Amino acid sequence: MTTVLLFAAAFIACAVEMVEALTIVLAVGVTRGWRSALVGAGSALAALSVVVAVLGPALAVLPIDTLRLGVGALLLVFGLQWLRKAVLRAGGVKALHDEGAIFEDERRAARAVGQTSTGMDWYTFTVSFKGVFLEGLEVAFIVVTFGGAQHHVALAAIAAAAAAAAVLIAGLVVHRPLSRVPENTMKFAVGAMLATFGMFWAGEGVGVHWPGSDAALIGLLAFTFFVSGALVASLRRLPKAAPAEVAA
Amino acid sequence: MTFVARFARFWFDFIVGDDWRLAVGVVIVLGAVDTAVSGHPGLWWILPASIAALLAVSVRTAARKTTAARRLQS
Repeated sequence: MTTVLLFAAAFIACAVEMVEALTIVLAVGVTRGWRSALVGAGSALAALSVVVAVLGPALAVLPIDTLRLGVGALLLVFGLQWLRKAVLRAGGVKALHDEGAIFEDERRAARAVGQTSTGMDWYTFTVSFKGVFLEGLEVAFIVVTFGGAQHHVALAAIAAAAAAAAVLIAGLVVHRPLSRVPENTMKFAVGAMLATFGMFWAGEGVGVHWPGSDAALIGLLAFTFFVSGALVASLRRLPKAAPAEVAA
Repeated sequence: MTFVARFARFWFDFIVGDDWRLAVGVVIVLGAVDTAVSGHPGLWWILPASIAALLAVSVRTAARKTTAARRLQS
């Protein structure tokens, strides 16, 4: 069961972040040329692979209780931030992520910068590299911590790679930002899973004996979804106005 | 801003995110649960209940701030 949830969380988290990275790469690629955009994205993916390859085995040498407390606490904080943002968006307090608008903004910025006639276009390379690396860093963090606490870094990495391939293929097919992906729903699900695993492992790290052992994960996940759903419902009852990006 | 400050800022934003109170709250809750469950294993429920409360407070605070900002704008 934990293996299935681990795979699902890594897959969905990577898919969400890849959709955002793909928007940036597509925008600079379409506007300024594909070669530098693809070299930048490829270099970022290589750098992320190094991060996972170095940190994954390093975590495996830590004592399991220390690892679960540290990783659990980090995942709990990280997951709660994702969940908070997803709840605020679902409740209409924060504006939904608009891949179409981000795509147009990136294209406008890319057009405004002078074009180089030959060789590598470093503006395109840098924007593409930064976009993929920064979005991918969250996935690398999830793969390393999630996989590390379960001693399944390879499985989490495979899930992330599968999601990256799926989004990349979809991007190549449609050749425009994947604006129809239910991004907030996916972030909601990932946030709930990260917070649940974080709670479970951090709890074990401080000496909690969960009733039903690993089966408690299902109960905790259901509880997290219930609480988040109730919060969304309560936000939707608030007086309506245009959603804004002011919620800090 | 120096490189070190930018680097520290990046990792703070990356891990802690928009609401630092959530991170501080998690540390306090884990410390309290550590104390509570030693000798009282039946108190496991304190952890999910406290985390739910933390999330609720953070979400409601953000919603209140947003509502107040919108009122000021209109």
